[in-house]
Amino acid sequence: MAMTMSEKILARHAGRSELHPDELIEVNVDFALGNDITAPLAIEAFRSAGAKKVFDTERIALIPDHFTPNKDIASAMQAKILREFSREHQLTHYYEVGRMGVEHALLPELGLVLPGDVVIGADSHTCTYGALGAFATGVGSTDLAAVMMRGKIWFKVPPTMKFVYRGKRRKWVGGKDLILYTIGQIGVDGARYRAMEFTGEVIESLPMSHRFAMSNMAIEAGAKVGLIAPDDITEAYVKERARRPYEFVHSDADAQYESVHEWDVSGFEPMVALPHLPENVRPVTELDEIPIHQAVIGSCTNGRLDDLREAAEVLKGNKVHPGVRCLIIPATQHIYREAMREGLFEIFLDAEAAVSTPTCGPCLGGHMGILAAGERAVATTNRNFVGRMGHPESEVYLSNAAVAAASAVAGVIVHPDRV
Amino acid sequence: MKLRAPAGLARFFDPSLVFVFRAGAKATVLVSMRGEKMQFKGKAWKFGDDVDTDAIIPARYLNTSDPKVLAQHCMEDADPQFASKVAAGDVIVAGKNFGCGSSREHAPIAIKAAGLSCVIAHSFARIFYRNAFNMGLPILECPEAIESMATGDEIEVDLDQGVIINHTRNERYQAQAVPPFMQRLLQAGGLMAYVQEQMRDELTKS
Repeated sequence: MAMTMSEKILARHAGRSELHPDELIEVNVDFALGNDITAPLAIEAFRSAGAKKVFDTERIALIPDHFTPNKDIASAMQAKILREFSREHQLTHYYEVGRMGVEHALLPELGLVLPGDVVIGADSHTCTYGALGAFATGVGSTDLAAVMMRGKIWFKVPPTMKFVYRGKRRKWVGGKDLILYTIGQIGVDGARYRAMEFTGEVIESLPMSHRFAMSNMAIEAGAKVGLIAPDDITEAYVKERARRPYEFVHSDADAQYESVHEWDVSGFEPMVALPHLPENVRPVTELDEIPIHQAVIGSCTNGRLDDLREAAEVLKGNKVHPGVRCLIIPATQHIYREAMREGLFEIFLDAEAAVSTPTCGPCLGGHMGILAAGERAVATTNRNFVGRMGHPESEVYLSNAAVAAASAVAGVIVHPDRV
Repeated sequence: MKLRAPAGLARFFDPSLVFVFRAGAKATVLVSMRGEKMQFKGKAWKFGDDVDTDAIIPARYLNTSDPKVLAQHCMEDADPQFASKVAAGDVIVAGKNFGCGSSREHAPIAIKAAGLSCVIAHSFARIFYRNAFNMGLPILECPEAIESMATGDEIEVDLDQGVIINHTRNERYQAQAVPPFMQRLLQAGGLMAYVQEQMRDELTKS
């Protein structure tokens, strides 16, 4: 029978030749991950279940990235749990501060998550790896603990929604804008329990960094996974990095989709999600001049080298507005080094922006850029819920890196061409 | 473990079948020992659509996984006084997509530890749905029941039958009962206990 790529990957990992949406199945997991917020609970569950060893020391990554470098004593205690567990179980993939990165930027960069994989992570943005053509989804700590023990997990097979992007995107319009537009159209539960598959000529020409940004925010539409068919762009990214064999999986031409959404993006402007839901999306050109106090460029959505290059292109020769703090957070040590080599830091520092070591920090209101009551930020992150970046009376506007950089200079949210 | 049940709940339970888990100072979650009866009674606390995990437990408190601490901040950004107002057995009632956002298991832990017996919503976000079962927090989807329900209504829930009774409004609703597969998982006490059972079974077979 004809299947979507999501169904095919699941079938292969369940030892089945075919399967249907809504079936309950058990699948083998290729890779699992947790961070300094979620892994301590998973480790506690692992221990309380009496488990003595992990299913595979090569296929679990523990990455302290949320409250690190440790922001306080409590978070230091959490990170210590990961460190000690990794040592005790001789996990190959523990990434300490100085070697780490924001998990969803780091694992693809290291070639640890690959096309055709089933990946589960105790972090909702695990869906990022859908951009590689992997069935990757976020779970809670207990699910992670069970996978750490047995290397298996149960799933309900999600129906697939197909999204087709046609036309030619304008300068400054990228993956972030496409996914924000999509969430704006279908809502924050528009793909609840569904697999999203992003297709069409626009996606086929999209660089990996933009594809990651799209798949990353599939969860913001409630989706289980956000998949992109692997192609030459995927191959170029993966072949240098992969540490084990991988497989390209594609949807059959006659696969059954629950729904198909098709848009021509040629007239799109960069998009901004207004507080307090990622579905409150408007083109930046339609916004009144909204004053901001902070701009954050980073995160698992938009902390990659291409994002920093975009920001630098806008910031070059400009100064951050006196009323704005501009924080730039390269997502991994590798990205940090590359940005430095390319001279991007020089541009950022000249513009009077702050550059930070990799951390999830401000995205979740953890540390490194918390907002006070009444303050407003534009951020390249993925959520703008109440209190997401600090005080419950602060506001977060989501955008791409160029819009965030332009807004940092203007002091109000603007199109990059305005700077 | 000492067996007891609070007065308001005792009539639903044969006390000899009931464990009382004390997760926080006032947190009392009842689970039938044999898993035969899962019934709750309490006051409704109503919230809107898309209640996200940052509202349920803000990330600024995630530098701990201590249920007592998490319980103190449950629903804080939606209602700052919530944790001090709620009583054991109470029920959260909400609109569509409850629990959207992060994968933090701290969300169902905070709700459970704050003493709430279950959540009834129009629909649940996917990861929260899974986490709730894995943590042993009962949840029900029932759009019809929610419409007329208001904060303060006296609610009774029979999880096995999927029946929700609103005593204040004298209404009775039928939600989908928890499917047998999930009941086994809940009866085992959540996913970890369930996996342990499976591993024991595998060991016995081999």
